[in-house]
Amino acid sequence: MVDEGLKIELGKQGVFVTTIEELYNWGRKSSIWPMQFGLACCAIEMIATTMARYDLARFGAEVFRPSPRQADMMIISGTVTKKMAPQVVRLYNQMAEPKYVIAMGACAISGGPFKQGYNVLKGIDRYIPVDVHIPGCPPRPEALMQAFMTLQKKIEAQHLTGVGRPRHLDAEAQGEFPVPVQGEHDLEPTSNKGVWPLPVIIK
Amino acid sequence: MKTVEEIKAAIEAAVPGAGVEIVSNPGASGQHSLRLTPSYAVAVAKFLRDDAELALDFLSNVTGVDWPDKEIAEKVKVTQTVDGVEQTVEETRKRVEPGRLEVVYHLFSVAKKHGPVILRMRTVNRTDQVELPSLTRIWRSAEFQEREVFDLYGVLFTGHPDLRRLLMWDEFTDHPMRRDYVEPDDFEYEPTAHDAVAARAAAHQAGHRDEAQEGKVAGQ
Repeated sequence: MVDEGLKIELGKQGVFVTTIEELYNWGRKSSIWPMQFGLACCAIEMIATTMARYDLARFGAEVFRPSPRQADMMIISGTVTKKMAPQVVRLYNQMAEPKYVIAMGACAISGGPFKQGYNVLKGIDRYIPVDVHIPGCPPRPEALMQAFMTLQKKIEAQHLTGVGRPRHLDAEAQGEFPVPVQGEHDLEPTSNKGVWPLPVIIK
Repeated sequence: MKTVEEIKAAIEAAVPGAGVEIVSNPGASGQHSLRLTPSYAVAVAKFLRDDAELALDFLSNVTGVDWPDKEIAEKVKVTQTVDGVEQTVEETRKRVEPGRLEVVYHLFSVAKKHGPVILRMRTVNRTDQVELPSLTRIWRSAEFQEREVFDLYGVLFTGHPDLRRLLMWDEFTDHPMRRDYVEPDDFEYEPTAHDAVAARAAAHQAGHRDEAQEGKVAGQ
């Protein structure tokens, strides 16, 4: 690793020093294209975030793609019903690596005000890995931008080798997540234990 | 607008043998409703829509009601012979009134600017004889709402053009708005549980605690 002070000194002399990892991650974090995909009222805040006042384009994330094949990130913006959940997981599976998920709002992270309903999934993290959770009902555009910046920091900090490297550089990593089946009474299985282990109750 | 009694009389004049029953509402709104005999319902609905004076051309709302089996305790005076002496004894007898499913239609007239007229229909029971005639052919707006009532209450509408589940998925077999519906037990994690939810979460966690502990061990 190049010493940070030396890097600055060299910069003053017109010499740019970096590492492949830094350059690679800088490229990745600066062009996260979200999927054009809204589920409920949080989607309205998501749309507002992309518009001129909040201007998500500053983060390189303004290009909402209509196809999962072209998207890098999925914003779960709203209530995930049990009827919709298999489609959400399927869309996630269809996205190319590297892919990230922001669960936006109370519903997406836990079921929110509809938590006690028989028809609402209590958080999308039961089926797919979520990188950033945003509380709020709905979260303000500032909160979504904060989540973006958190995700960018996460991407920036990822090492390309070793433990905790991005999934697309890990041949062993699980790339596809099982799509729940709509059963006679509930989704089957009710959660993906590999992604969402049963919480341990601490007394 | 005509009162329910007048509407009842008009229906009975137009559709002989229709057997309309007034269900009175003792509340302040005084919105009384008319209970129709299912076999005459389509003819009555057609009359209500086409009648020049009523002209109920707008079906605003269709909903369902589940009436579970009800146990009614009644006190009956019975004559008994005890030791050769006749006595009148009061006895409490219990009878079970079979449950039913009910569908409620709210009608308005856009042309005459009046309403609502409320129609009700009841099934025979709530298990195997749950057919009611669909009023979709009279008011097209009933189509989705009857599908919803079918989905959530399990009323089968005969003559409905496309009776599929509306909100739940096709493979689903329950009817969630029925009183005896058992909700899926997915109360694994309740961060701010209170009252009934806290009780359900505790019951769930008591049953699954071992599994959670195993998960913890596997995670480490």
